[in-house]
Amino acid sequence: MFRFLMRKLAYGFAILIGINLLTFVLFFKVNTPDDMARMQLGGKRVTPDAIEKWKAERGYDRPLFINEKEQGISQLTNTLFLDSSLRMFAFDFGRADSGRDIASEIVRRAGPSIALALPTFVVGLGISVVLALGLAFFRGSYLDFWGTVLCVVLMSISALFFIVIGQFMFSRVLQLMPVSGFAPGLDAWRFLVLPIAVGILARLGGEVRFNRTLFMEEIGKDYVRTARSKGLSEARVLLGHVLRNALIPILSASVAVIPLLFMGSLITESFFAIPGLGSYLIEAISGQDFAIVRAMVFIGSFLYIVGLILTDISYTLADPRIRLQ
Amino acid sequence: MQAVFLITDLFVFAILLFVTWYIWHVRSDRNLRANWRLAMKRPVAMVSSMVLSFFLVVALTDSIHYREALPASPGQAIQYSSEAISVLDKVLQPLATARERSYSEPLAAVAFRKETFEREGVSVRDYPRLRFGGKHLADPTKELAGDVSSKTWSAFGLGFVITAVTLLVGLVCASFTTGQSFSVVLTRFKLGQTEWPWRSMTITLAVMALSLSWVIVLSQGYHVFGTDRTGNSVLVFALKSVRTALVIGGLTTLVVLPLALLLGVTAGYLRGWVDEAIQYIYTLLASIPDVLLIAASVLLLQVFIDKNQGIFETSLERADARLFFLCLILGITSFTGLCRLVRGETLKLRELEYIQSARAFGVSTPRVLWRHIVPNLMHLVLINTVMQFSSFVLAEAVLSYVGVGVDPKTASFGVMINTARSELAATPLVWWSLTTAFGFMFLIVLSANMLADAVRDAFDPRTRLRSASSSNAHSKASTQEVTA
Repeated sequence: MFRFLMRKLAYGFAILIGINLLTFVLFFKVNTPDDMARMQLGGKRVTPDAIEKWKAERGYDRPLFINEKEQGISQLTNTLFLDSSLRMFAFDFGRADSGRDIASEIVRRAGPSIALALPTFVVGLGISVVLALGLAFFRGSYLDFWGTVLCVVLMSISALFFIVIGQFMFSRVLQLMPVSGFAPGLDAWRFLVLPIAVGILARLGGEVRFNRTLFMEEIGKDYVRTARSKGLSEARVLLGHVLRNALIPILSASVAVIPLLFMGSLITESFFAIPGLGSYLIEAISGQDFAIVRAMVFIGSFLYIVGLILTDISYTLADPRIRLQ
Repeated sequence: MQAVFLITDLFVFAILLFVTWYIWHVRSDRNLRANWRLAMKRPVAMVSSMVLSFFLVVALTDSIHYREALPASPGQAIQYSSEAISVLDKVLQPLATARERSYSEPLAAVAFRKETFEREGVSVRDYPRLRFGGKHLADPTKELAGDVSSKTWSAFGLGFVITAVTLLVGLVCASFTTGQSFSVVLTRFKLGQTEWPWRSMTITLAVMALSLSWVIVLSQGYHVFGTDRTGNSVLVFALKSVRTALVIGGLTTLVVLPLALLLGVTAGYLRGWVDEAIQYIYTLLASIPDVLLIAASVLLLQVFIDKNQGIFETSLERADARLFFLCLILGITSFTGLCRLVRGETLKLRELEYIQSARAFGVSTPRVLWRHIVPNLMHLVLINTVMQFSSFVLAEAVLSYVGVGVDPKTASFGVMINTARSELAATPLVWWSLTTAFGFMFLIVLSANMLADAVRDAFDPRTRLRSASSSNAHSKASTQEVTA
């Protein structure tokens, strides 16, 4: 187990190094710091002095890969690439254009993101499993048929539709809850109910259908027939046998998603003005703040890799047939 | 006239060529033909592909661009307009030029908001008449309802005649080719006991003919879907958005397919360090959250376009280049799933006996891949392709909202929703832009999803048997209903 974990961690680290290289090339080689400065300072009528000043403020005025002015090892270390990469692996992302420290801003904004994403995920998963199990119980009937059709219809509706209509119906027409915004502490629930409901509904169709397929595949297996021939009722077969076995793939797939919940939901957060990481990213994109975008790419990939490793572990724990190789 | 080829135009035609080749290929391959027949015999599949092909025609006419010759005095060299327009633009020109001043409701004859203006020498505050909508009416308050309903009835009459004539011709043809009497053919058609789902197709045709002729007839005097803030017809904008949606769906697929297939097959077949390298690449790409990678790339693209303004002659070309790169980026971020799938399947296939024996006979590696492995992966690829298409269309709207989608000047559903979003806050409510955008998008995505379902059922070996037996049961049930 230890060696398995070590190898996974090493692979994850290798991926992170690749990510870092990729983002560096994208942000500094494809587009030089000069371009960024020009973009930030606006338009073409920017003096070279202003660009140099902008670059110096951010430490972007150093050479990219090899510093020829230095001697020995610092030819490599005193460069933009190594310096910014090392800082990134130490989770030091520098300052945003607004002057705030990116790392502390990310920590501050992770809270609201998780407050929105975690309930959406847990409740959504519960509802979709229950509904899918219901469809599987009534399989082959009209209920199943129209339920599946409804799922396809739900899948075909843009998530934006649910947000727009939800805000319009519940906040404007019925005036049950605030349109958007956020409050710290327990008061937040009034702002969170609608986004959570919208988030669940937007993903429901696809998830129910997917889980139903999993259940149906499980129902076709031999042990289910054995359970039935043993005289168990259909409900007990489904709840006692099929559900338990089908939950293995469902939960393992979920494990990969959990770390990414920190990243928040881009669209929902910005529509409902929730100050989480998703809206942070959108603000960064519209403000063209490259430092933030690069930091978020790094954190996102880091969380994804954590998710991958967790998935591998949970698979081996849940299903003894899968050997650690 | 001077033809103009935008980058995405070329790819639209490439896709068209590819699809034509594929259809020809299906016709010559017995297994493929059988599978496609199985898929298309399902009414849902037929109906959704009819709806999709309507949108396809719209997108195609919007993909033929040209520059009009300007009126020139004799003896002068012909000058061409600096703006490239498409055939669809030309068709919609009467509507596009019939601009109002601002918002107007669907089928309205007066503006949406009150204004102060002169009427018969007196300054009044009232809803002013529209420039185009209902201008043929003398007194809109009295005549509007009557005019709209009379136009509606004549449009429905037209749609009905078209459907009836098509149906009659079809039935007569069927009776000739099958050698059965007309009444037998008619009864079988009515009961739905035909090999192909003719009845469902006719109903779809009727619905399409009725709604199309309604829109066309009413468009002669009104803005059927209203106008937006700048007074432009919402219908025109929605129709122009169809091309963007389909290009995003189709072109991205065209990027995904070769990438996933080539990398997946090589990784799975060659194993060793090639496999490791390819796995590393796609894990790397998959580990960056999609939206982030797209956002980062589009930001960079924006910088690139700003820096190289000179490459693009017109703003249309610039917007088009952005659309093209967006597809490219979307494709690169989303090929990983299919690639992993193809690699896994290739790993399984390469151990099978017929592949082993092909290798033992000394067949070269590329030949083994092309002749023996790729054809056996095609069902996976096909299922994945049709399922991804709709997700790309939906993704466009979200990306455009975030600000990393298509150029703000390009007509697209995302841009439409984004600009219409603030209108929901207005009182009275401006509902028609959003409704039209969501409605069009829903139609496209729903029919793509339905078609994808049918294709998956027919091509996926795991569901094929089940669906064949259930469709038999279904047809039996419907016969019983009829006899009862």
